[in-house]
Amino acid sequence: MVNQSRAGRLDVRKTYKLYINGEFPRSESGRSYVARDSEGEVLARVARASRKDLREAVRAARTAEEKWAAKSGYNRGQILYRIAEMMEDRGAVFAEQLGDGGLTPARARAEVSAAVDRMVWYAGWADKFSQIYGNLNPVAGPFFNISAPEPTGVVGIIAPETPALLGLVSRLAPVIVTGNTAVVVSSESQPLPAITFSEVLESSDVPPGVINILTGFPAELAPWLADHMDVNAVDLAGAVPEVGLRVRQGAVHNVKRLVGTDGYTDLQSPYLIAAFTETKTVWHPKGL
Amino acid sequence: MSRNLPATPALEWSYAPSREASEIVELERRYGLFINGKFRAPASKKYFPTINPANEDLLAEVAEANATDVGRAVKAARDAFEDGWGEMPGKERAKYLFRIARMVQERSRELAVLETLDGGKPIKESRDVDLPLVAAHFFYYAGWADKLEYAFPGLDPEPLGVAGQVIPWNFPLMMLAWKIAPALAAGNTVVLKPAETTPLSALTFAGLASEAGLPPGVINIVTGAGATGAALVEHNDVDKIAFTGSTSVGKQIATALAGSKKRLTLELGGKAAHVIFDDAPMDQAIEGVINGIFFNQGHVCCAGSRLFVQESIHDRFVEKLKRRLSTLRVGDPLDKNTDVGAINSAEQLARISELVEAGQQEGAEMYQPDCVLPRNGFWFRPTLFTGVSQSHRIAQEEIFGPVLSILSFRTPEEAVEKANNTPYGLSAGVWTSKGSRILWMADRLKAGVVWANTYNKFDPASPFGGYKESGFGREGGRHGLLPYLKGVG
Amino acid sequence: MALAVAPDRAALLPERITNASLAGFLRSVPSTDEVGVEERVASLSTRSIKKDSKSEALRLAVRMMDLTTLEGKDTPGKVAQMSAKAVRPDPTDPSVPSVAAVCVYPAMVPYALEAVAGSSVKVASVATYFPSGQLDTKLKVTETSRVVEMGAHEIDMVIDRGAFLSGEYFRVFDEIRRVREVCGDQAHLKVILETGELGSYDQVRRASMLAMAAGADFIKTSTGKVQPAATLPVTLVMLEAIRDFYLATGVQVGMKPAGGIRTSKDAIRYLVVLNETLGSAWMTPDWFRFGASTLLNDVLMQIRWLKTGRYQSADYFTKD
Repeated sequence: MVNQSRAGRLDVRKTYKLYINGEFPRSESGRSYVARDSEGEVLARVARASRKDLREAVRAARTAEEKWAAKSGYNRGQILYRIAEMMEDRGAVFAEQLGDGGLTPARARAEVSAAVDRMVWYAGWADKFSQIYGNLNPVAGPFFNISAPEPTGVVGIIAPETPALLGLVSRLAPVIVTGNTAVVVSSESQPLPAITFSEVLESSDVPPGVINILTGFPAELAPWLADHMDVNAVDLAGAVPEVGLRVRQGAVHNVKRLVGTDGYTDLQSPYLIAAFTETKTVWHPKGL
Repeated sequence: MSRNLPATPALEWSYAPSREASEIVELERRYGLFINGKFRAPASKKYFPTINPANEDLLAEVAEANATDVGRAVKAARDAFEDGWGEMPGKERAKYLFRIARMVQERSRELAVLETLDGGKPIKESRDVDLPLVAAHFFYYAGWADKLEYAFPGLDPEPLGVAGQVIPWNFPLMMLAWKIAPALAAGNTVVLKPAETTPLSALTFAGLASEAGLPPGVINIVTGAGATGAALVEHNDVDKIAFTGSTSVGKQIATALAGSKKRLTLELGGKAAHVIFDDAPMDQAIEGVINGIFFNQGHVCCAGSRLFVQESIHDRFVEKLKRRLSTLRVGDPLDKNTDVGAINSAEQLARISELVEAGQQEGAEMYQPDCVLPRNGFWFRPTLFTGVSQSHRIAQEEIFGPVLSILSFRTPEEAVEKANNTPYGLSAGVWTSKGSRILWMADRLKAGVVWANTYNKFDPASPFGGYKESGFGREGGRHGLLPYLKGVG
Repeated sequence: MALAVAPDRAALLPERITNASLAGFLRSVPSTDEVGVEERVASLSTRSIKKDSKSEALRLAVRMMDLTTLEGKDTPGKVAQMSAKAVRPDPTDPSVPSVAAVCVYPAMVPYALEAVAGSSVKVASVATYFPSGQLDTKLKVTETSRVVEMGAHEIDMVIDRGAFLSGEYFRVFDEIRRVREVCGDQAHLKVILETGELGSYDQVRRASMLAMAAGADFIKTSTGKVQPAATLPVTLVMLEAIRDFYLATGVQVGMKPAGGIRTSKDAIRYLVVLNETLGSAWMTPDWFRFGASTLLNDVLMQIRWLKTGRYQSADYFTKD
């Protein structure tokens, strides 16, 4: 390894850590793994999360859920928009990392732009989704009857391996926009964009615990996520078939909602928002 | 029952004056018309003064647009529409609107002070109500710009083209936001005429839109009085007219448009019924009534100007109301503690005074608290009338000032019958602790907005607009986009 | 035992006081809408006060303060130190007035009395099995009379929240009345509702009316041992009850928010809400108190900042 740059100054290297409850811890297990670029060169060592890290992340997500869901849609929308602002600001770093993952500079920039725009698109849904997906039901009787979507709760996300940034944003934004909180297992082969994304979140007014990002091995973490009795839904979009099967089996214990089983990694759709909601119907008499 | 709270005369406890600094606003001496991205002198060569209604000081001179000027503005809007705005992908239009929303937030204190200087409303309201709603409105419609196909399934959403928009003086910047945000989100370009007594915030906004990089011609601001508005309404190349103002002008516009294909939405006057049942949460109802009629000096089309109190609590309620009236602080709108500011213009003050006189002549009993009014400027004391009948002018006509007419009722049916007994139908209020009664009332009240156990609540996500002579079309919410799209007229 | 209620307070009460008739009385208390109350308080919180009034307001806040220590680890030494601070809050500025009272546990009353002797500062003692109130009435009355005998000037009693919430209004009413009786002319009675346990503003308003009808000289929000303690909205609801009670009976009752009021800004907001709801007659330590342990130093710092124009450091204010 070269210790000194040509200018004679030693680089200060970044330590790549997990993102749990608004903090950046190393894995409690003390483990890390090597992230490589598309040529096989070493990029960095990143934390390799353990089941206990996952347990802490779920605990943080559950604690954050009530307040996050109670915020107004307008407020959540502004926070998502702020994420987009900060992503744009870190665009060059994302593009470089995606380039390391094998994209040409032009395609890397295009993915960053698409990811920022996607975050903006979902930000706009925060105070509109229930206007499309909720409704007044014309029941036969003197009753006011309204159905409206509510967040499901804590959602586990197995992020797609690629596109490393757009895939992560595409699966995460529809989960949090309605008030769910998330535990994300990032791309195993390209974890750096997810780590940069967690640094974006840290500067975006996202309350601690709303989004937790674990780098590591999905095959190791997914079964714990699937079996966890305090996780309400899992997005499988990034899971390889064996992992997907294991998650489906584990999900049965507390009847988790399963999403992303059809393999779209960068879908943009309000129905994806709907997939992480519960519909609540309220009856009330009208009379004197 | 007529016991009053004791008072200690010796105690000096004063809030005022705690004046918001007006230096934050930098006024030009003279403002041109904002056409095609630039301020330019009017073809009319004429300017008119705009004053601070709280002290009658001259604030600036503003260009008076004639038909030629309006023609230039419409042409700029048409060109901008055809040169790309109309076809720009929704997600790009969205980002312009998000930017504007953020910039309004950044400059909110300056804009709030300007609104108060030019219009006379208390800084407390322009700061805490108007400006937050302006930013929220742009933010909300920004998010629709790239989601129109989801808002209206089965409709291939296409903009109309050029929208001509005429707005009133009571919420200058908020009305601008209600007009411009949905129009732009749907892909239209606009020519907007602010009211002649409150043009400054719209002109400042025009500069802000330029700073946001909005393409020239997408927003054009023409200032002037009724003739300017008429020129805009009658212009052949305008596809849609959106008007907020009085019912009489609304009818003139509808007449002018009778032979054209222009689309029209109208948000007109009101004479809202505010109904208080005997099981209402009493102290909050008092606050609701106060807010309903004295918010923005009663210059509110949805003001709760007809109060219906259930007879069993009528006297007690009126006493509480009078006591609360005496704690209202009337005066300098820039004082952060002012509750009721200046009347917007000499003309409006004359109209209020005339109707209040009519109320006294027709035999209603008037109550006004003692309060010292400033010497200069336009002012009117908060006023209650008791013993009002349905047939009195003050129960029928829109006063648009801080004047409340109090009537009584015995049964819910009677309350509904009296509440609906008006040509207007913009809004209504109901206070009761019984949920099923709220919904029963809401079903029967002929009003576009019904507030229950609250009043004067606005949100960009919530549609607003009237029944009957209060106009047609809705602003706000998903519904607020419809008037700016093809194929739904 | 016949119920003796002060005749002027009886105006609102049913002729025969039973649990059922008290329940009927409480049903007639107007309901409260939570959203509306909170909006009103938010609007009043934007009131800003000019500099000269602010200095006056802060001095008034000092004079209204019940400097409090209610801990298991309280000792005569701690009480003596706190009492010295109560008498002379700012040793460097003699223009700062004494606080209204010190508030302590019964066992500390003699030490507090000794420490404040010769000053205007009163001694308040909590009583009636503070803070839970979970004891039978007889023993609570005995405890109170013992504290009164010791010489306490003010008694801060707790209501039996369990009884109130399960609808035993007579028990709550009777207990307050009996405690009031043993307070006699010597001690002022403050009745703590523990609003954080009552569940809704409707219940707070009913409990306020019940306590005032039974003889409370003051009504007080909290023990300080339960969250939330005093808040502006709950204080507004109680002040509205005090106003209604005064208008119906002509009897003036005082108010004491306690717990959670830590900054000068908070204190001034309470005074604004008080002034706008009840007016100037209540703007005195006779009718309004702050129950607080850490508020005093923040108020002292603000007073000195207004005087000197320099922001202050806690290092220059005594901690007792």
